[in-house]
Parts: sequence; C-alpha cells; structure tokens
Amino acid sequence: MSAKQVLTTLMMALVLVATGSLTQAADMPEQASLDTLAKLFDGVEFDHAMHTDLGEDCSACHHHTTGTGTTDERCISCHADSDEVASVACNACHVADPFSAEYINRKSLNLYQYHVDMPGLKAAYHWNCVGCHEAMDGPTGCQDCHARTAEGDDFYRADASDTSTSGKGGH
Amino acid sequence: MSGISRRRFLAASVAGCAATTLAGPKKALAAGSFTGYSDGMGVLVDLTRCIGCRSCEAACNKEQNLPAPDRPFDDQTVFDETFHGGKQKRRPDENAYTVVNRYNPESSDHPLFRKVQCNHCNEPACLSSCFVNAYTKTKEGAVVYNPKVCVGCRNCMIACPFNIPGYSYSSAFDPVVKKCIFCHETRLKNGLPPACVDICPQEALTFGKRRDLLKIGNQRIQTHPGRYVDHIYGEKELGGTSWMYLSSVPFEEVGFDPNPGNEPIINNVKDFLGTVPMVLAIWPAMFTGFHLLAKKRDGHDDHDQDADQHNGEEGGEQ
Ligand code: SF4
Ligand code: SF4
Repeated sequence: MSAKQVLTTLMMALVLVATGSLTQAADMPEQASLDTLAKLFDGVEFDHAMHTDLGEDCSACHHHTTGTGTTDERCISCHADSDEVASVACNACHVADPFSAEYINRKSLNLYQYHVDMPGLKAAYHWNCVGCHEAMDGPTGCQDCHARTAEGDDFYRADASDTSTSGKGGH
Repeated sequence: MSGISRRRFLAASVAGCAATTLAGPKKALAAGSFTGYSDGMGVLVDLTRCIGCRSCEAACNKEQNLPAPDRPFDDQTVFDETFHGGKQKRRPDENAYTVVNRYNPESSDHPLFRKVQCNHCNEPACLSSCFVNAYTKTKEGAVVYNPKVCVGCRNCMIACPFNIPGYSYSSAFDPVVKKCIFCHETRLKNGLPPACVDICPQEALTFGKRRDLLKIGNQRIQTHPGRYVDHIYGEKELGGTSWMYLSSVPFEEVGFDPNPGNEPIINNVKDFLGTVPMVLAIWPAMFTGFHLLAKKRDGHDDHDQDADQHNGEEGGEQ
C-alpha cells in the first residue's frame, strides 16, 4: 500500500468517524458508467457529482435505499426511515432481464406483495432520467445522453429514405 | 342448432361439430367463456409510458425479416401520415406487422402514442372464419397461421374486429396472409418475450402470464389514482385478448372501438358465411377442394419460393 493510499484510507476513516451523514459523500462515486445494457447505443457516462449538486436529496433518484428517507407518499408508510441498503446501485434491484421465464414465474408467486411491478433496469434508467429531464428542461433526445452505435444505425435503418422505395418491387 | 355448435363447427371439422352437438350442455359453456389457456402469455400495453420512439417497429422488422422501410425507424414524421381523407392512421400490413400512431386526445394536454398489432384474441375471429384451418391459437397465447394451407380467400381479413391481417401480393398467384405472430417461432415458444417488448426503452410493454397481467394492470390503476381510466381494454372485449391496454384517456380518444361487446366476433362471421345448413351441405366438397389445393401448393413450394426470390431481386435492381 503506497503512502498516498494509506493517507487516503486514514482520511476516509477520520471522516467516517467524524460524522455519519458524510458516509455517503465518501462512498459516492463522482462518475458512474451506466453501460451494462449498451448495444445499439453507447453506455452513458453519468456525471454523478454534477447531479448530486442539482438534486435536493439522494432519495430523488435512490428512493429510500441511501438512508435519507423518502418523500414519496406511496413508499413512506414503510420506508420513512429505512436504513441504507448494502448496494444503492440501480442494478442491485432493477434486473437487466425483467421478462425472463424465471423472473416471470417468480412474479407469479408473489403477485400480492409490494414491488412486484418493478421496472427492469432499462426502464428504471429511462423513467428516472427522462422523467426528471422533462420536468427540469434537461436534454431528452436519445442521442443527447448516449450516441448510437453502428449496430444501432443498422437497426433503425438510418439509410432508408423515400427515394429507395422504388427498389422494393411490387409496383 | 345453438350458436355454440356453429362456432365449434367453424373452428374445427364436421366431425368436431357432430361431437359438440351430441355432447350437449356440458360443452356449451365453451361459447364466449374460454379465457385462453391458463398459462397463456400476454402483453400489457401502458399508453402512459409510450414515448413514440418506434423502436418496437424496428425490432419487429428485424426479427421477422421484413422489407426495408420507406423511412428510418426513428423518423417521427410518419405520425403525420393519414389515409382515407385523414380519417385513418397507419395500419399494420404485410411489410410492417406493427405500427405506432400518435393521438392528440381531447382529455390530455400532451400527445399519446399507441402501438398497433394483432391482439391475439382468446377466441380469434380470424381462426373461426378460416375454411382451411390455417390459424392456430397456441397454448402460449399466440395466434399463428400456416401460410402453406392459406388459400388467400381473405375471410380472416374481413372477420378480424381489429382490422389486422394483411396480404402479401408479391406473387399474384400466391397471396398469403401476413400478420404479427407474437414472435411465436423465434421467441415465445422458447419462453422469450417478443422482440418489441425486449427493445422498448420505457417498458410500455409488459410481458407476462395473461392472468398476472390483469392483476398488475388493476394494481397500477389502484396505486396511481388519477393516472388511468379504470379499465383494462382487452380483459373482456370480444371474448378477451392476450394483448391488453391501459390508458390515461377514454379509449375512444386513442382510436379504440369503445364498445365492441364482450362476445367473440363469431356472430359477424356467420353472417357472411351464409346460413349454416347451406355450409353443411357444401362443406365436404369444399373441404376436399381446399385440401387438394393445399396439397398442390405444398408440392410446388420450392418453386414458389424461387419465384419470390426472383421477384425480389428484380425489384432490387429497378
Ligand atoms: S386481432 Fe384479428 S388477427 Fe389477431 S387474433 Fe384477433 S381476430 Fe385474429
Ligand atoms: S418501443 Fe416502447 S416507447 Fe417506443 S414506441 Fe414502441 S411501445 Fe412506445
């Protein structure tokens, strides 16, 4: 362990001891790569630090998982002062594959519990980000956040145009 | 003769019909009360979530190997296209098994988007109207068809209450029905969601067991007071459909027939088939005819495919 790392660790330990509420700040990533689903679009390099400056509190995006409570009426009866959970990353709860047979069967067995109709990871990202961007006049175009890949251009048939229709035959 | 026997008669064979008639009241409950196979799959389309990105159209095009579109799939100017003097929006056809349309409903301050495709009815009118039994409702919930036996009579096109089946006229002698098949062959029967559901960035399309989707739909209505009209379209309409809808505005404002009734469409079908006794009389001869036709087409299958490919190539060079 280098001197610098030791120093950092010590400082972090100090901070942790000094005040509980700073725990999150110390753990909090400055930057997050949201790229587990990237295929037709590049992943998103998410400026976490910038967004935490904008946001009122962590629960605006992280529900009750960061230990800051929640203001959402529908969650508050159970989660007004829930503890911080082990992992607050979106993909800790929102699965990448919400329509796998296994997930659907599990859902079937727990239909009357809460959190059954939880969106998958892709929808969780889009609802959270786009929903807020709409409300705050942030960017909302697909490529404002993630550039389309060559595979994506193919998929959306970026090269199609009216002039090529004569090539389809049938008339 | 009861309506049940007629329905049975149309859906199956003469033998099937006789059996039903003999079976009497016990089987009679089949009429209008068949709610699909209990583990049948479905999709709950939530119009409040759809942003009109058309990714589902692109995914369908790729999955089903459909021809290249006129415009890219991220081109939203297609929403301005109308037909029949502005009365009709885009409809699925043989080149696109699903299309997304935009609506500007009176009771909403923003546009809503609605994806259109086959709704995979529990009691499909297309299936009941087909003389050669080209259609099947699979246990997974899909309504699929066998192009090899389709004779191109277009009964299903007239019978479908949602105006879904399209026809491929690529060969004048081989018109064949084309419509959404719930990705049955490539996905559904392997336990996978259809391609449109998979791609949707908004989870506007929720795939699951139909009976679970009804509970989830009702749960959404209850937990978000004011967001939805209190109705799941397709729960009961026309005998129930595998694809169902939630909306924030009355359904007629987003292009649905608000009151199609809860009876399966078979009653319309029998009107245009003529009277049952007449069909009974000509059925054996007709069936033999169709059977021969189908057999003949089977035999020429390779040849037909070649012809199609050839046409396609010619088209590409124009
Ligand atoms: S929507 Fe039309 S084509 Fe689809 S299953 Fe129902 S009747 Fe058949
Ligand atoms: S992919 Fe989803 S959000 Fe996009 S148009 Fe289709 S249903 Fe709507």
